[in-house]
Amino acid sequence: MVIECKHVWNLISGYLDGTLTAEEQEVIQKHLETCEICSAILDSTRNIIVLTADERVFELPAGFSERLHARLAAELGTDGGRGASPP
Amino acid sequence: MDTQRDSGDEAKMIASILAGETQLYHELVRPHERSVYLMALSYMKNEADAEDVAQEAFLKAFRALSSFRAESKFGTWLISITLNEARNRLRRKSAAPMQSLDVPPDEEGAVSPALLRDWREVPSEALERSEVKQMIASAVEALPEIYRSVFVLRDVEELSVNETAEALSLSVPAVKVRLHRARMMLQKQLAPQLRTVTATAKRRWFPW
Repeated sequence: MVIECKHVWNLISGYLDGTLTAEEQEVIQKHLETCEICSAILDSTRNIIVLTADERVFELPAGFSERLHARLAAELGTDGGRGASPP
Repeated sequence: MDTQRDSGDEAKMIASILAGETQLYHELVRPHERSVYLMALSYMKNEADAEDVAQEAFLKAFRALSSFRAESKFGTWLISITLNEARNRLRRKSAAPMQSLDVPPDEEGAVSPALLRDWREVPSEALERSEVKQMIASAVEALPEIYRSVFVLRDVEELSVNETAEALSLSVPAVKVRLHRARMMLQKQLAPQLRTVTATAKRRWFPW
């Protein structure tokens, strides 16, 4: 079965997640063997997903955790909060 | 997301907190700090507001803890609280009507990817360069909201499709469609930009 590139593009996400039917998966696999454009689209999409998942892209601001827990402590009445007693 | 702790442990911690051991709340939320902050950031688009929304979401979750139902995961419940907080704040902030959040998007029309003849892998080490990091972060932040929230949860925070659907109150098919579009939009935007990175990479990484 021959399919058009556009049809392949619609299934790229499912292909990457492995959620296509066995038949769809196979048809795409075959298409990719001979279509360099679709292969490049698939590779670049996969590459971009890997990069966006890297923790370095979106980092917590410095001191985020400390400030959060200080605020929680104040609310919860736990250590470090309003009711903290001096040593 | 923390994979070390299962939802049974969380349920026990929550029961203890409700029974009065409130200090355990600090431990309960630690694994979720990043996902809550990122969700807030994807809406507020600046660090200060995102941090504020995240703090507020953690406080609201604490106050509402007794209404948490164990059939959902604590993490996804937190995300939905964060989302509400961010949306409310944006609504208060701008008098102008914002992009509708509830009306289903135009599900017609596919997003065409950027056409390339070959792709040279951009290695993760490229993220050591701030301009590459910035390029990727900006592209994610520029996605339309309905695609961005799905993408951030599924591909940045790596929640499952089902968890993403639950956190956003969407159907699983809707998550899949939006995720696909988001990925194609990012490919379209980033693939041409990232190519220039690999083109100059050799010279920059190996200056000798």
